[in-house]
Amino acid sequence: MELPPYATLGQKIWHYAFYAICGLIFLFLITPILIIAPLSFNAEPYFSFTEGMLSFDKEAYSTRWYNDILINGMADPEQPRSWSLFWEWLWMALSPVHTAPQGFFTDMWENAQWVRAMKNSFFIGFFATLIATALGTLAAIGLSRAEMPYRGAIMSLLISPLIVPLVITAAGMFYFYSQVGLSQTYIGVILAHAALGTPFVIITVTATLVGFDKSLVRAGASMGAGPAKTFWKIQMPLILPGVVSGGLFAFITSFDEVVAVLFLAGPEHRTIPRQMYSGIREQISPTILAVATILVIISILLLVTMEMLRRRGERLRGIRN
Amino acid sequence: MTEASYHTAPIPGAPTDGQSALLASDGTPLKTKLRESMRVSRMRAFGLVLPLLLFILASFIIPIIMLLWTGVYNATYAVNMPASAPIMQAWDGESQPTEAMAEAMVLDLVEARKAKTIGKVASRVNRELSGTRSLFTKSARRAAKMEAPFLAALEKADKDWADIETWRAIKIAATSLTPAYYAAAVDAKYTATGDFEMQGEERQIHVKLFWKTIWVSGVVMLACLFLGYPVAYLMSHLPAKTSNLLMILVLLPFWTSLLVRTTAWIAMLQSQGVLNDIFVWIGITSDEQRFSLIYNLTGTLIAMTHILLPFMILPIYSVMRAIPPSHVRAAKSLGATNWTSFWRVYFPATIPGIGAGGLLVFILSIGYYITPALVGGQDGQLISNFIAYHMQKSLNWSLAAALGGILLAIVLILYWLYDRVVGIDNMKLG
Repeated sequence: MELPPYATLGQKIWHYAFYAICGLIFLFLITPILIIAPLSFNAEPYFSFTEGMLSFDKEAYSTRWYNDILINGMADPEQPRSWSLFWEWLWMALSPVHTAPQGFFTDMWENAQWVRAMKNSFFIGFFATLIATALGTLAAIGLSRAEMPYRGAIMSLLISPLIVPLVITAAGMFYFYSQVGLSQTYIGVILAHAALGTPFVIITVTATLVGFDKSLVRAGASMGAGPAKTFWKIQMPLILPGVVSGGLFAFITSFDEVVAVLFLAGPEHRTIPRQMYSGIREQISPTILAVATILVIISILLLVTMEMLRRRGERLRGIRN
Repeated sequence: MTEASYHTAPIPGAPTDGQSALLASDGTPLKTKLRESMRVSRMRAFGLVLPLLLFILASFIIPIIMLLWTGVYNATYAVNMPASAPIMQAWDGESQPTEAMAEAMVLDLVEARKAKTIGKVASRVNRELSGTRSLFTKSARRAAKMEAPFLAALEKADKDWADIETWRAIKIAATSLTPAYYAAAVDAKYTATGDFEMQGEERQIHVKLFWKTIWVSGVVMLACLFLGYPVAYLMSHLPAKTSNLLMILVLLPFWTSLLVRTTAWIAMLQSQGVLNDIFVWIGITSDEQRFSLIYNLTGTLIAMTHILLPFMILPIYSVMRAIPPSHVRAAKSLGATNWTSFWRVYFPATIPGIGAGGLLVFILSIGYYITPALVGGQDGQLISNFIAYHMQKSLNWSLAAALGGILLAIVLILYWLYDRVVGIDNMKLG
C-alpha cells in the first residue's frame, strides 16, 4: 500500500482519500462500542453526554449506575457494607459447614436483579457449553474421517441451527417443549442453547482436525495403545485449542442469546441479555450502559484468549507463518 | 488414486477368477475381509456422530417440524366439536344448512360449554369470519334450552345463523388439514368451496412484509459490501503487524454482545444522542429539528449493518489474503491502468469472498428479530417480528407457523446456494 514516487497528483489524492474512507469505516465499527464506557459514568439518569461531562466537571461523573447493578431489586440496599464484611460473607458462603450470614451481601446474592441474571447466565451457559462441546467434538472427529457415510448431508443438518432464523427455532422449541413440560424450565433453555452452540464447536474442531497428522494416532496404535488411549493421550492434547475455542464460541452464543430465552424462560430464569432486553423496552436507564461496559470488557478478554489459543494451536500443529 | 479404486484395481499377476482369489489368514477372501473392515470403520465414524445427530433431531429438528405441521393442521374445532365436525366437512358449502347440521351444532355447543372449550372454538371460527366469537359464546349459553327444530332455534337465538357465510366459516374451521394458513400468509383467502381468492387491498400485509424484509436484507448486504470491501482490501495490503491490529477493531464488535451493540446504537442515534448532539454542534441542524434516526427503518438499517459488517469483512479478507500480488503487477506491466488492473484482474478474484460474505449477511439479516424489535419502531418491523407476535401475543400459532414455513423455505434455498457456492466446510469463524 505504498505510494510509488512517480504517482500523479490524482493518484495521491485517491490514495489518501482511500485511507480516510477506511478510517471512517473503522470509526463506524468501533465508536458505538467505546462510547458507552464514558456514558455509563453519567451522574444524571440520561443516555447522553451532559454539559458537565463535556467540560470534564468531576461532579458530572459518578459510579452510581455500577452501584445500581448490585443493589437494584434488593430488599434493603441501605444495610452496612464493607470489604471486610464481603470477605466474611464469601468465606462463610463458600465453606461447607457455615451458612452465609444475613446482611447486605446475602441480600444482594439472593435478590438483586442483575446478580440473579448473571447467576442464570453462567448456570445456563455452563451446562449448554458442556453438552455442546462434548457432543460437538465427538461428532467433529467422526465427520473428519474419510470413511464417514453421508458426510455432506449430515454436516449440513448439524450446521443448520446456525442458519435457521432464531425466531423459527425459538417458536418451534416453545411449541414442542411446552407439550413435553420443558418450557419455563432451566432444562429447556439449556437444551436450546446447547443446540444453538454445537455448530460452532463442529466448525472450529473440524478446522483444527484438517491440520491433524493422522500418522501420530497410527504410531500410537502401533506401539500398543488402545483407541481410548490414543484419543486422550495423542489426539485430544493436539486438538484441545480447537475444542476450547469451540467451547468459548458455544458459551458466548449462550451468554448472548436472547430470542430462545424470550420464548422458553420464565421470569426466574432471566439471563443478562434478557434483563437488558426488558431494560431497553421498559425503563431505559444508564444501568444498562454500565452492564454493557462490563460486557465489552469481558468480550475484550475473550478476544485476547481466543487469539492466544489460535497461536498456541498453530504452534502445536507445527504451522508457521 | 483414491482408496477405493486402489483396492478394486486388478493386481498384476494375481488370478482374477473367484475360485482362487487372495485369501486372508483365516481363509476368507481378502475382498470380503476388506469390505467387512470398511463397514466397521464406517459404523465407528457414524457412531461418533450419532449422539449429536440424535440430540439435534430431538431438540431442534423435530420441534421445528412439529411447528410447521401446525401451519397446515389445526384440529381445534374437530377435537372440541366432535359431533358437528364431520357433518360440516361433508357439507358442500353451497346448499342451505340442514337440520342435521344444526342438531349436531347444538349438541356440540352444549358439550363445549360444559367442557369450557367454547372460547377456543369461538376464536378459531372468529379467525375465518370476524364477529362469530360472540355468536358462539352467546348461542352456547342458550343451547342447553334449545329444542327441535334446531335450525329455527339457532336462528332465533342469533339471526347470524341464518347467514350462509357463518356456516361456511365453520366448515373451513372444521377441516383440520387445511391450506388456509398458508393462503393467509400470502394474503389469500381459502373459501368454503375450496377456492382461493385474494384479500382486499387494505388487508394485504404479509406479502408486502416479505418483500420489505427481503429489501432490508438486500440493502444491509449492499451496505456491508460497500463498507466491508475497502476495509478488507486495506487490511490485506498492510504488513501483518498493522493488519492484525486493525483486525482487533473488526473482531471486537464481532465478539461484543448483540444487546450491547443495540444499546450503543440507541445511545448514538436517539434524538438527544451523541450523533444528533454533534450535528447540532456543527450546525447541520438546529436544536429543535433533530433528526429521528432511531425507532424507525433508518435505525434498523444502521444497527443491522453495524452488527453484520464483520460477517462480510472476514470472508472477503481471507480470500484477498490468498490473491498473489504478482497478478496485479503483471497486469500493470502489460499496460493496464490502476483501475483496469483492479477491475479486470483483482476484483474477479475476490468474487468468492463477496459471494460467501454476501450470502451469509443476507441469510442472517432475513431472520433478524431482536434489533428490529428494539430499534425498529413501527415501520422497522420485519417478518420475524410478525412471527413472534403471532406466537406470543395473538396466539395464532398456525399463522405463525405458515409465515415461518415460508421464511424457512427462503432461508433453506439460500443455505443450499451457500453450500454450492462456498461449501459448508469452508465456513470460518474469526
